[in-house]
Amino acid sequence: MNIYVLMKKTFDTEEKIQINGGVIEDEGAEYIINPYDEYAIEEAIKIRDEHGGEVTVVTVGDEESEKQLRTALAMGADKAVLINTEEDLEEGDQYTTVRVLEAYFADQEVDIILAGNVAIDEASGQVGPRLADRLDIPYVTTITELNIDGDTVNIVRDVEGDEEKIETSLPLLVTCQQGLNEPRYPSLPGIMKAKKKPLEELEIDDLDLDEDDVEAKTETVKVFLPPEKEAGKVLEGETDEQVKELVSLLKSEAKVL
Amino acid sequence: MTKILAFAELKDGEIRNVSFETVAAARQIDESAEVVAVVLGSQNVEDAANQMIQYGADRAVTVTHDLLANYTSDGYTQAAMAVIEQEDPDGLVMGHTSAGKDLSPRIASKLDNGLVSDITGIEGDQFVRPIYSGKAFEKKTIKDGKTFVTIRPNNIAPLEQDGGRSGDITSLEVDIKDLRTIIKEVVRKASDGVDLSEANIIVAGGRGVKSEEGFEPLYELADVLGAAVGASRGACDAGYCDYSLQIGQTGKVVTPDLYIACGISGAIQHLAGMSNSKVIVAINKDPEANIFNVADYGIVGDLFDVVPKLTEELKALQVK
Repeated sequence: MNIYVLMKKTFDTEEKIQINGGVIEDEGAEYIINPYDEYAIEEAIKIRDEHGGEVTVVTVGDEESEKQLRTALAMGADKAVLINTEEDLEEGDQYTTVRVLEAYFADQEVDIILAGNVAIDEASGQVGPRLADRLDIPYVTTITELNIDGDTVNIVRDVEGDEEKIETSLPLLVTCQQGLNEPRYPSLPGIMKAKKKPLEELEIDDLDLDEDDVEAKTETVKVFLPPEKEAGKVLEGETDEQVKELVSLLKSEAKVL
Repeated sequence: MTKILAFAELKDGEIRNVSFETVAAARQIDESAEVVAVVLGSQNVEDAANQMIQYGADRAVTVTHDLLANYTSDGYTQAAMAVIEQEDPDGLVMGHTSAGKDLSPRIASKLDNGLVSDITGIEGDQFVRPIYSGKAFEKKTIKDGKTFVTIRPNNIAPLEQDGGRSGDITSLEVDIKDLRTIIKEVVRKASDGVDLSEANIIVAGGRGVKSEEGFEPLYELADVLGAAVGASRGACDAGYCDYSLQIGQTGKVVTPDLYIACGISGAIQHLAGMSNSKVIVAINKDPEANIFNVADYGIVGDLFDVVPKLTEELKALQVK
């Protein structure tokens, strides 16, 4: 089975966000694999272990993305592809990313593509469904269970807390939701092996694209921080008094009751 | 005159609030635009179309089909594209709900268009949206093509309902077929009716809740308030509740009017998911807990003592 994972690196969730010169300061930031993409990698490895085949992790990123790709290889993926757009593209959006991925997948045989349902930085959730549309394959978003039997695929997806049981078929794209699995940590032998696994690096030129083909449809005009929230009032007295005061404040001061 | 499509969303035949917010958003994008409500579904479609008009749409286009009873990407794409082809709008607004998140990127792809997802504000042609789960915000524009946005529920206020307002409702026949994903069953697990992403009030529990049963007093409080129940990652990881309740950088990002955090310490990942709530109440035993730094009102105490008393106090208030 030809199993692909779309991966993105994101800031570690511990990172505080700072803005410098109108853009988000990334100097010295720690990066991780987008947490939802970790579910995708884990599920891909499980599918391969059950049905055979090969897991290829693909990212559109920069030189630095190699670190997260190596982590994915150490978890157990077989191959990695880095489509490095650092030198060719100034600003991209989801349209850009999908044009690049579409060009890459034009030459691949695909049975299933797994992605995170959202990245925790830009959080658009667009790339998966857009790519499925371009490749003309069905997609199911926010999945929490996946079973493949021949060409038939049974899926459970999370719909705002409810569960939908879905039947569909390969080839397919899915986006992964928390609860799907428990991503493994790379083992030491895994890390050693990962160093020797193939990591292919491509530029958009290799995909017969130029800058104009993938020009973003949207533009970020400004980035800013929310106003600092000031610490509020800690209520005093016995619990009964505190509770009474709270209800009164919520009613008359905050006006939310 | 510009024309903007405002997509309604039905759940089990009931129109969701975010639908009216899409109408308001369309008006904010262009005050003078013709706002056309789009209602796709299998039942109560006409009624929903009327409500969309009462909430400010000029007219409505409906597609009624048995295969639109539940959202599927293929079914809804076919219906939506048929309406878009007929109307050729300058703009589209959808809710950033489970269905909207699934549908909008595909429509954007079909239209070869940009899409600004999950917006919380509109300033002229600039759309404000949270990034890094609300740790920062960005303003985006669409460079060319149609103005296409999805709005985060609960952030753009609907217009006043005007029961006397009327407008044309036209029905469009669409031959919906070849669905590649089939819904076999829908299992309702979410708490009765109140969805986290649309809730005005959320009562959330953390590790301090200590067990699955520990959530009981929170559900009782939520009941009195008409609130949804949420949780921190700590509570989910400990197995006290389902991951679908998780609020934070992984999990849901919420912005209710009132957020009551019970036994939540306030890790940065959790704060990212809720700190843009309008009013935050923290109940925690530990006076040093980080959650007090973002709370408007804090009670230092045991949640199992405080929460039931709060429920009683609110019940008494309602009786009055």
